[in-house]
Amino acid sequence: MTTKEKFFYFIYLHRTGLTVFGISLLLLVWPLVETNPYNLGLSNLIAMYTMVVLGLNLFIGYAGQISLGHAAFFAIGAYGSAIGTATYGLPAWPMMIAVALAAAVVALAVGVPALKLSGHYLAMATLGFNIVIYTILVQWDTVTGGPSGLAGIPYLGIGSLVFDNEITFHYLAWTFAMLALLLSLNLVRSGVGRGLAALAEDETAAAALGVDIRRAKIKVFVMSAVLASLAGSLFAHCYTFVSPDSFGIFVSVDFVIMVVVGGMGSIWGTLFGTALITMLPEWIESLENFKDVVHGLILVLILLFLPQGLVTGIVDAVRTRIILGKKHA
Amino acid sequence: MLELKKVSRWFGGLPALEDVSFRLETGRITALIGPNGAGKSTLINCISGVDQADQGRIRLDGRAIESLPAHTIAGLGISRTFQNLKLFSRLSVLDNVLAGLTVTAERSFLLSMLRLPHLRHQERKLRLLGLEALDDFGLADKVDWPAAALSYGEKKRVEMARAFVSAPHLVLLDEPVAGLNNEETAHVASHIRQQRNAGHTMLLVEHDMDLVMDVADQVVVLDSGRCIASGTPAAVRSNPLVLEAYLGRMEATA
Repeated sequence: MTTKEKFFYFIYLHRTGLTVFGISLLLLVWPLVETNPYNLGLSNLIAMYTMVVLGLNLFIGYAGQISLGHAAFFAIGAYGSAIGTATYGLPAWPMMIAVALAAAVVALAVGVPALKLSGHYLAMATLGFNIVIYTILVQWDTVTGGPSGLAGIPYLGIGSLVFDNEITFHYLAWTFAMLALLLSLNLVRSGVGRGLAALAEDETAAAALGVDIRRAKIKVFVMSAVLASLAGSLFAHCYTFVSPDSFGIFVSVDFVIMVVVGGMGSIWGTLFGTALITMLPEWIESLENFKDVVHGLILVLILLFLPQGLVTGIVDAVRTRIILGKKHA
Repeated sequence: MLELKKVSRWFGGLPALEDVSFRLETGRITALIGPNGAGKSTLINCISGVDQADQGRIRLDGRAIESLPAHTIAGLGISRTFQNLKLFSRLSVLDNVLAGLTVTAERSFLLSMLRLPHLRHQERKLRLLGLEALDDFGLADKVDWPAAALSYGEKKRVEMARAFVSAPHLVLLDEPVAGLNNEETAHVASHIRQQRNAGHTMLLVEHDMDLVMDVADQVVVLDSGRCIASGTPAAVRSNPLVLEAYLGRMEATA
């Protein structure tokens, strides 16, 4: 191989890692370009939602299951960190990890019975779980602060560095989000990921190839719960205030819409879908009151015409066309 | 290698398999034939763990496997194809074949997420195995295609490549040439012979008698869930019970 070929081969071999690296560089300089704190706050929200939606996309797009209750795990992370730090004054970082572990235990307890179900039944079960958690947040006001929420959550910090404004928090949130993205990309490129993709398409065939389908579903569910919980903790420390409104079933539905827009099983699409759905209300302010209608419409249209999701559907169609074009040429 | 003893399976009181017993020999091709509804696919499902026998023993090298789940049986080295294709249409051809290496790939979620150097190395080795298997089945030029874009005959061959890629102890082939034309059937026959020469043990369920007579070392005949004959292809072909099962009862006409 010549040096030039070696160079291109290196790029090809490490294309995923290099893309992640490139995007990380862009994110590093982003606060220098974008100085409006409101916009930075929005992109921080995208980072936190991305973590939730990545886990959910692995669960929906790879393991082939459905969850309409992921806002509940987001809530466990947020309220866990909020109660631990604001009410009891516990240290924030260890609390974040402890709450994530608690979310994993809850996911296990919910997942073991619920994942025996599939399709509509699983959707109903996870929806029910979300409603239960939401009701607890509203009703158990001595602990959760009820409908008015819980304030006075401290900012996160490392040593003397405190993540108390949009710019510092930008680096924190996107470090988490890019790590989650990298880990997800690694997972789907491994034997485990192929097993999950097989599971999404045909459970019998996946089992015959050696995938323990019950265990695999539960593992992905628990992993997505941990991601959602970590994102929730960040969310609480970012706004120093939490209220039940951020964790209702419509938030769960929005997460699913983000997965669908990004495309089932597309990790990069997740980033796009999350960003698009989070920004949409900003672009069409006049439709603010009809947000759920617009989201619903998007969901219906995509599922009607591109059941694999927007990005995945388009990529698949283009790829097939290119290959079939080659054959006829 | 694989031994079945009085295997039975009922579907709501109706027997699909009744006391089926036979053995598979290492390195041989055993063909399982019989009219439609004889229980051939049920038997393959019971061996591969997709379905569970109600009674009887199935032993792989002396180990009882009749109550194990499908993924454990796959781990013991029994792979299979499906009568009505079960390819993963969204995955590329290569990824489909690599899915056949699930049992050899890294199983841990955490290690997979970290993708340490040894895992990269292992992935590269698996990729080579996959490419080799696709080459064996004449699909080397289509590794990047989405499986959905392949022709029916090519899909059948991808499924076979997926079954053979892990070098399993036993491969169960459920009607590998159903729906193929003569030319494609000849291709598949030569692939099956090639795999036999490589030392693979196979159980072949097939309706195509020419293929069975051509490649099988031993033939087992099922009829209405019972094993009515077994032996070499030539012996089975002239067995009156087999002729009766296939052609109907011969009545003396005056």
